This record gives sequence, C-alpha cells and structure tokens, in this order.
Amino acid sequence: MDWRQLWEIISAPDNVPIVGLIPLLAFYIYLAWKQAHANDQLVAQLETDPAMAKTHHRKTWPFKPGWQKEVHVWPFLLRIEFLAAIIVTIILMVWSITLNAPLEEPANPNLTMNPAKAPWYFLGLQEMLVYFDPWIAGVVMPTLIIIGLMVIPYIDTNPKGSGYYTWKQRRFAISTFLFGFIILWVSMIIIGTFIRGPGWQWFWPGQTWDHNRLIYEVNRDLPDIFGITSNLGKAIFGLVIVGGYFALGGFLVYSLFRRYMPKDFSRMSLLQFSITQAFLLIMVALPLKMLLRLLWHIKYVWITPWFNI
Amino acid sequence: MAEEKNGKNGGKVGLLDRVKEKITGDVQALKTDIPTKAKEQIEGLKDPTKTQVYTSIFRHKHDETPRNRALGVLSNVFLHLHPAKINRDAVRYSYTWGMGGITFYLFIVLTFTGVLLMFYYHPTKVQAFRDVLYLEHDVPFGKLLRNMHRWAAHLMVIAVWLHMFRVFLTGSYKKPREFNWNIGVLLLVFTLLLSFTGYLLPDDQLGFWAVTVGTNMARATPLLGHEGPFGPLLGMTPYNDVRFGLLGGSIVDANALLRSYIWHCIGIPIVASVLMIVHFWRVRKDGGISGPAQVMLESEADKPRRGPTAAGA
Repeated sequence: MDWRQLWEIISAPDNVPIVGLIPLLAFYIYLAWKQAHANDQLVAQLETDPAMAKTHHRKTWPFKPGWQKEVHVWPFLLRIEFLAAIIVTIILMVWSITLNAPLEEPANPNLTMNPAKAPWYFLGLQEMLVYFDPWIAGVVMPTLIIIGLMVIPYIDTNPKGSGYYTWKQRRFAISTFLFGFIILWVSMIIIGTFIRGPGWQWFWPGQTWDHNRLIYEVNRDLPDIFGITSNLGKAIFGLVIVGGYFALGGFLVYSLFRRYMPKDFSRMSLLQFSITQAFLLIMVALPLKMLLRLLWHIKYVWITPWFNI
Repeated sequence: MAEEKNGKNGGKVGLLDRVKEKITGDVQALKTDIPTKAKEQIEGLKDPTKTQVYTSIFRHKHDETPRNRALGVLSNVFLHLHPAKINRDAVRYSYTWGMGGITFYLFIVLTFTGVLLMFYYHPTKVQAFRDVLYLEHDVPFGKLLRNMHRWAAHLMVIAVWLHMFRVFLTGSYKKPREFNWNIGVLLLVFTLLLSFTGYLLPDDQLGFWAVTVGTNMARATPLLGHEGPFGPLLGMTPYNDVRFGLLGGSIVDANALLRSYIWHCIGIPIVASVLMIVHFWRVRKDGGISGPAQVMLESEADKPRRGPTAAGA
C-alpha cells in the first residue's frame, strides 16, 4: 500500500473538488431520500383515506388552519439568501487561504504530461476514450448528453411528482437519472481522477504509479471471433449486431413499459416513446460496451472503412 | 414717493441711516434665525429616513407592515427578482438546497475576482505565465485572488450539478417549466465551457495538456474533423477543420491562448448572462419556484388541470 501515492492523488489541489463532491452528493441524496420517503408515506395514507385527502393540506410539514399559506420574502427569504452568501464567502475564503491553486511548469509542447488529464469535470468523457473512439466519446456522447437532458421534460409524461420529492411515483425517471448521473457521470470521473495513472492504466488506490508498466492486452474485434475477414462482411455483421441491439432492445423497452408502466405508456405519443427508447438504449449501450471490453477484450463491434464502433 | 419718505432731513443722510437700520435688523435676525435653523437641522438628522436624500432613494417606510415589507422587495431593482410573498415551505433549505442562488452568487464572485485578475494578465505566450507568477508573488493579495477565482469556479460547477439534481428530483422540469429546464441545460454547458476556457490561461503544463486532450477530441468530430468519420471525404485537414477553428491554429499556441481568453472573459460571460436573465425571468413567469407543492394522488393524475399550478396553490 503506497499511502504517499494515495495522498498525492487525493490532495492534488484540482482533485479536492471531487473529494468534496462525494460527501456532498451523499448528503443531498440522503436529504432527498428522507423527504421522498415522507411524501410517499403521506401519499399512501391519503390514497386509503379519501376523507382525509379532501381536508389535508397535503404536505409533510405541519400546517394549521389560520396559518398564512405564504410568507413575505422580506425578511423570511432574503435573510436566508444573505446568510447563504456569507457562508459561501467564508468557505471560499478559508479554502483560498489554505489551499493554493495549482501552477505547474510553463507550457511545453515537447514535454508530454503523463497522465495528461482533462479538467476533472470532463474526466468521465476521457475515461470513455478507453472504450470508444474519440468521435463517439468526445463529440457524439457530449452532444447526446446535452440533447438527452433537454428532451427530458418533453418525454416524461408522468404528471405526478411535480414540485415535491417522491420515489414511488417516479421510480423509472429517478432511477434512470441516478444511473446516468451517479453511475455513468460521477463514478467515471472518480475512476478517471483516482484510478487512472500513467498511460491511462488502471492503478488501484494506493498502488504506486509505475511509469514503465506495460500491459500486454490483445484486444479483438467482434467479427474476428466469428472468423469474418472481408471488409464488406465486417460492415454487414456490425450493422446486424448494432441494428439487432436496437431492434431487440427497443422491443424489450416496449414490453417493459407496457407491462410495468401502462399508464405512462398510454400517455406517451409515438414520438415521445421512440425518443425515450433511443436515449435509453444508447445510455445502456455504454456500460454494455465496457463489459464487452473488460470481460472479452473486444475492441470494436462494427467495423466500416469510415468509422468503427 | 421717495421725497415723502426721505422727509425733511434730506436724501443722503437718510440713506445712510436706513442702511444702518436694515443691517442691524439683519444682524438681529441672524442671531435668532440661524440657531433655529440649526436646531431644525439637528432635529431632522435625528431621523435620517425623513431627509429628502433618503426618501428619494427609498420610496417607502421601512417598518414591519405587510405593505412596506412587500414594497421593500418590489421597489428594489435587485430584489424585485423575487415575488413579494412565497409559499411558506419554499424557504425550507431541505427543499431547494439553495443551489441555484449559490451558483448565481458564485458567478458574481467570479466576475468580481475575474475583472481584478484581468488587470494583471496579458493573454500572450511571452507574458501569460510570468503574469501568473507575478500575481502569485508580488501583487498584494494576488495569490488569494487567483485561489478564490479557481476554487469559486470549481464550486460553481458542483453547485450547478447539484442544482440540476435537485430540480430533477423534485420534478420541477414538468409542465409548465419545460422550457426553463432547457435554458438551465444550456447554462450548465456554458458553466463547463467557462471553466474549461479558463483552464488554459495560466499557460502552464496542467492547462496546456488538459486543453490539448480536450481539443484533440474535436479532430474526431464527424464530418467536421480531419480524423472524424467522413471528415477527410469532405476535405477536412488539420488546417481547416473544427479544431483549427477552436484553436486558431493546428496546435495549442498563442492564438489558442487569445481565443480562450476572449471566450472566457467576454464571449461566454455575455451569452451566459443573457441566458441567466431569461432563466430567472422564466422562474417567475412559470409560477415561481416549483414547490413544495401538494402531493398528487394516483386518481388525480389524468384529470385536466386548470392552468399552471403555482407553488403551494
């Protein structure tokens, strides 16, 4: 166990935000879960008791008839905002006094940094470079993430859970978002920051970064395993595999929706449903491709003269 | 008339007397007038809120009446971003986490420290790195300034993510707030781009290689990059593709430094500010912050709703 190496990575000034992000995320997930749980209990109670549903103020916080439903922004909100600004300023001051922003040697194109890492918030994308060609990891994926985020309000037709925390009323939406945000985005950043060492090789926390380490890994392409040698054959094979994934996956999504979320499905238009299918399958394809590489050393699935996937 | 008034003693002597008499009158009056005025002045200063200067700035009383509490918000250009009253539970920290506001506050901090940093920085290959050294070692509080700018930037990225996370978990992107969610996604992208363009500016190894890694991806842009799918077919070379456009050259060099400086200090802040204006405006126009709203029961899910539901309504 190389504690020094571990400490160097964790205490590198630009890695501190990620070290901070982990407990922050844990705290806010807990805070959200606590409120979601309370709201779900309230909903369950109101569902079984229609008389209560008519009179209850429908929030988990206390309320008595005669209480004001609204409060004045001045001072009840402004004092909180003022306090928040002061607290943030204090945190920033303390952080800036105790920790210096990194400054390395002057830029030198002839001296490559190893590992050369992007800013921490893009390390998830850089980690994807291991599994995908740059045009996918660096261009297509970020574009799809942005578009995917933007379509969320238009494909989520579930009217429940608007303006309050809940889990039971939005299981699918919340688990999909958690999968994308926590597993695909944040954990890839953590891997990219703390695990990837020289040559972008995998070093467990505490393992010494060995700049001379070589890994002999023979990656194969999926068509090779099936003994397909001609370019045309490989292109058609890949098209069938990728096309098959989307066709079969699309059908699977359909049957899952029909069975487990019939109301959401009936609310969705064909366009809304096919966009949901497409983004869902692309998102799931990410860890699938990673598994193909990690378990069977498969590099490409679909090989064409112009691009490889 | 003049002759009658001057009387028998003749004109000139009378004139002198009259001047004397009037000045004595003035002096007499001075002794009483000025102390009275001074007294008034001091009395007036005891309540500065009644002075003309004060009332010209603050146009209403500052007491605890509902009317003046509302006016305190509505008659102030900075505060009128808020409504006069909000949902009693919306002030609970556990609902909003305060992350949108903190993001905006960090943007202000970054603008302030950023402008100060600009006084000491030249975006040229010869001077950029030296300017940072100068800032760290010679400029009073220069190190603190640079540290604050950097950590506030990192904190802003985290705050934006947490804000988006909260908005998602509370379903706040749902009708009627779909469009504002989209503005928010764009603001997220611009926050990351602001941070990324700032990364190169110290012109050190860290920034140089981070930006090299980042912009190398642009080589592989489909159609528009010289190493991307179909790029070469469209005549893309290292000297005319999208990466060349980003860097102002085929390598990360002087032009890239200048471009990222201009994007960082002028281009993106302006675009982001415009989007922020729209974002805040739409929060109000879409019915204020989304909640905490009343929980919806399964049986009510498909009932038609009347208009946008305001928070807590």
